[in-house]
Amino acid sequence: MTQTIDTKTIKHVANLVRLGISEEEAQKFSGQFSAIIDYFNMLNEVDTENVIPASDVANAENVLREDVVKPSMDREEFLKNAPQSERGYVKVPTVLGEE
Amino acid sequence: MQLTNLTIQEASELLKTKKISSVELTKETLKRIHDVDKKVKSYVTVTDDLALKQAKQADERIAKGENITPLTGIPFAMKDCISTRDVKTTCSSKILENYVPQYNATVTNKLADAGAVLVGKTNMDEFGMGSSCENSAFFNTHNPWNLNHVPGGSSGGSAAAMSASLATFTIGEDTGGSVRMPAGFCNVTGIKPTYGRVSRYGLISLVSSFDCIGPMTRDAYDCATVLEAIAGHDEKDSTTYNSAVPNYTKNINKSVKGMKLGIPKEYFVAGMEAGVESSIQEAIRTYEKLGMEIHEVSLPTTQYGLPVYYLLLFAEASSNLARFDGTRFGLSKSENAKDVIDIYLQTRREGFGDEVKRRIMLGAYALSAGYYDAYYLKAQKVRTLLRRDFETAFSKVDILLAPTCPTTAFKLGEKTSDPLEMYLSDIYVVATNPAGVPAMALPCGFSNDMPVGMQLIGKHLDEQTIFQVGHAYQQVTDWHKQLPLI
Amino acid sequence: MTQKYEPVIGLEIHGELLTNSKMFCGCSADYGSAPEPNINICPTCTGLPGAMPVVNKKATELAALVGLALNCSINKHNTFARKNYYYPDLPKGYQISQYELPIAEKGWMDVNAGDENQLKVRVRRVHIEEDTAKLSHEKNYALVDFNRAGVPLLEIVSEPDMRTVEAALDYATKVRAILRYLGVNSGDMEKGVLRFEANISVRPVGSDELRTRTEIKNLNSFRALTRASQYEIERQIKIYEDGGSVLQETLGWDDVRGVTISQRGKEDAHDYRYFPEPDLPPLQLSDAWIDSIRNQLPELPEAKTARFISDFDLKRSEAQFLTSEKSLADYFESVLSKSKSPAKAVHSWIAGELMRYLNESNLSIDDLTLSPESFAKLIDMTTEKVISGNSAKVVFNEMVKSGSDPEQIVKEKNLAQVSDEGFILETVTKILNDNPKEVESYLAGKDTLLQWFMGQIARTTKGKADPNIAKELLLKGLEERKK
Ligand SMILES: [Mg+2]
Ligand SMILES: [Zn+2]
Repeated sequence: MTQTIDTKTIKHVANLVRLGISEEEAQKFSGQFSAIIDYFNMLNEVDTENVIPASDVANAENVLREDVVKPSMDREEFLKNAPQSERGYVKVPTVLGEE
Repeated sequence: MQLTNLTIQEASELLKTKKISSVELTKETLKRIHDVDKKVKSYVTVTDDLALKQAKQADERIAKGENITPLTGIPFAMKDCISTRDVKTTCSSKILENYVPQYNATVTNKLADAGAVLVGKTNMDEFGMGSSCENSAFFNTHNPWNLNHVPGGSSGGSAAAMSASLATFTIGEDTGGSVRMPAGFCNVTGIKPTYGRVSRYGLISLVSSFDCIGPMTRDAYDCATVLEAIAGHDEKDSTTYNSAVPNYTKNINKSVKGMKLGIPKEYFVAGMEAGVESSIQEAIRTYEKLGMEIHEVSLPTTQYGLPVYYLLLFAEASSNLARFDGTRFGLSKSENAKDVIDIYLQTRREGFGDEVKRRIMLGAYALSAGYYDAYYLKAQKVRTLLRRDFETAFSKVDILLAPTCPTTAFKLGEKTSDPLEMYLSDIYVVATNPAGVPAMALPCGFSNDMPVGMQLIGKHLDEQTIFQVGHAYQQVTDWHKQLPLI
Repeated sequence: MTQKYEPVIGLEIHGELLTNSKMFCGCSADYGSAPEPNINICPTCTGLPGAMPVVNKKATELAALVGLALNCSINKHNTFARKNYYYPDLPKGYQISQYELPIAEKGWMDVNAGDENQLKVRVRRVHIEEDTAKLSHEKNYALVDFNRAGVPLLEIVSEPDMRTVEAALDYATKVRAILRYLGVNSGDMEKGVLRFEANISVRPVGSDELRTRTEIKNLNSFRALTRASQYEIERQIKIYEDGGSVLQETLGWDDVRGVTISQRGKEDAHDYRYFPEPDLPPLQLSDAWIDSIRNQLPELPEAKTARFISDFDLKRSEAQFLTSEKSLADYFESVLSKSKSPAKAVHSWIAGELMRYLNESNLSIDDLTLSPESFAKLIDMTTEKVISGNSAKVVFNEMVKSGSDPEQIVKEKNLAQVSDEGFILETVTKILNDNPKEVESYLAGKDTLLQWFMGQIARTTKGKADPNIAKELLLKGLEERKK
């Protein structure tokens, strides 16, 4: 069974991860993704009934921090890496829509 | 005596007895980097000034006889995904090409506190995504044993630098074989510790639940020495173990006689290079001679390790790499941005290479509405089965032995056109990461003049046994002492 | 609202938790008093590469406390998850939240549904998450301040159990009161520490279908919650009456124009691709731990109201007023314990003079310096008729200003009430004699002049004359002049 990932899907997931991609790239990825996903579908062979997902276990439980304030990092140091800043703020282009 | 070929143990002894100075050793290392790395291209950044400063401090420490550790004065290189304050940390990505972190990773701090000397940052597959170092956005690293071949990945720079004697030890990072596979390709010893044994704080995440920082060294003894220095609980990383770090080198000489060595049958399948197979068989016989009991064991979920590994990698990476958005650090394409979304789209389009793009899109796909159960959740369930495989095996044997790769290092460009083909080269190393168990790669022979690596896989937190078994082998063989002519 | 349709309302309440440090790092959570942007920041809360989160212990305790106060069961095993979306106020590209296993779920709250009906509103879940950075939108760009990024936030989600805006408002009010009772949130809506989100649909009365709902985000006041909900209900009813259908969408509220507005272009953002946060192990809470949190629960508004009604013989509305704020209830009980007067008298002084004073001077009960002892003494002097009601107000105003003892003020201002009939009669007689015209008008039938005479008495005696005796003597005097 071959599952094809069409360019529409490619563009959708590219947008989800905020990647600009061209039509050409979408075509290329579409072919590659179909092969990869097809390979992954082999997991369907595995019986996982009543198996707990591994993400639900950990090395340690209840790793908690006391509610104590630690010194802040230096603002100028932080802003040094920011492409744009203004009056101590990080500056970004216009933001459309409200979250 | 060529100083750059020394083990940590040897160099440390010479430093402590003041037969050499750290400045001398560091200068020698830097000189060799400037001579040889033109061919190998294992370093992204060489930190001459910082190294000499740290070497001088180490010498002062030794002169005063204060607080000397086995790493004091020892030059090392670090994979470029581990944050170093005031030293560029690029992940070999255009998106971080000029990024200079404002803080140190816990591992960076620990090594600095031990008195180790940072000589530079090593090349890698972009964000650790690759098995050949060919996904570096900057340049390819070459295998010192044959410059037409890849060093393996993703810690290819660290492996090649260690192999070519361009540092006395290096630090790699293993998400799905990224320490062991290149260690095998380059004839060095390298360990992926138990997940959570070494702090990830400051390590630029690829897969938060797999990533393990681990040393690459000349031999198992050195590996134990470095791991002891960098392991331990870190209150800044909630996934680190709370338990104390054993003194690994103390018991490393203990006999392996009577211990049970498991050979997972699923790791010996058709397609393995003949020279690889014979080297591994030879290693098994060596252990038999050392008095170990050899048992065949089964890890039945092995064949599903690769899809589990890659699916979870894609998913976590798609989220971990979201922060590279051009607003606070790194590359920012804002020239003609009409709104903030433009910055995201353009920065990430230009900043990420094809493999990164592929993986984060596949990750978004595997997590998106309608596919989560079929891919992400299914992979997490099969991951549980992978863990159980190891638990079952370790109820019967003390340690497992397997090849690190079905082949020796392949040629540059050989697998770059087919991503899936490239993924398959990780088939023997990926299963340990979802399972969290520790595994060490070590040299065990040559095939067609290229190194062959084997791995010793241990129980959770039982690096001790791995070092002991690895060391025993290196006491009776000298594969690890072979150096490339470069 | 027409008779044909009823709204179905669910609320999401976001409340910041009053901790010292942020949810996942040691930066100060007190962004409100930060004098400058980006001064409470670190690699973790600004999303620098390689930085990792560590859970704030206090925040988990406060979250469990809220869960218990809302009658929820605590999930002993609960987990963090990543909610993935891109926005410049979200530094990591994901928000750490709780998804599949929140810290608390399946609770309930009693709510006034209007017309004295009590309604049990189910609380679906209470989960911990982190707040975002603060964005200021300028003309052609935006500015980001990370002081707020990572402040612990609680999301309290109700089931769509409310059928009137009044019920939704009462639910929100009660949740706010509980958060304040627990001391986990200041409830200061102007500062944005509490925000509402309303999910609204409408359906024909009598139907039990759940129709397409819209979500109104970022309602920052009770007024906005009320107005936006009313507007949205009417908008949806109109759509159905016009034969249209409601679109499932996220709306914003334009407070100036008084309309809800569609936030288009967010369809993608809804695929949040949640998955378990691999940087944080699950929280594993023991029964003992949960019990220790339960033991910290104070008496909550509902229980206090019931006790005030039964112990102090107050009306429900009176008790509810007193218990609306914990400090108000505490003050009431404190005054009452020091006073010989009945609870009703103490209530009416607090609801009357005290509230008037606090409102006029823009103070809260916590700012009050008037000691319960002094206040109790003043109330007792009134009930025992040592001073008149009018004098008491004078004394009260003096007390809150100077903090002096009420007896002292009465003495200094010579305000003690006079019940000496002889003295009062003298005053009454004098006033009647001095104002023959008014007496004549009164006797001719202008009854309202009685009040005027009483006023003259109060003025002449500076309010000291016992008004009951004065009235009696006045009526007697006027009666005599009839003859
Ligand atoms: Mg939320
Ligand atoms: Zn912080």
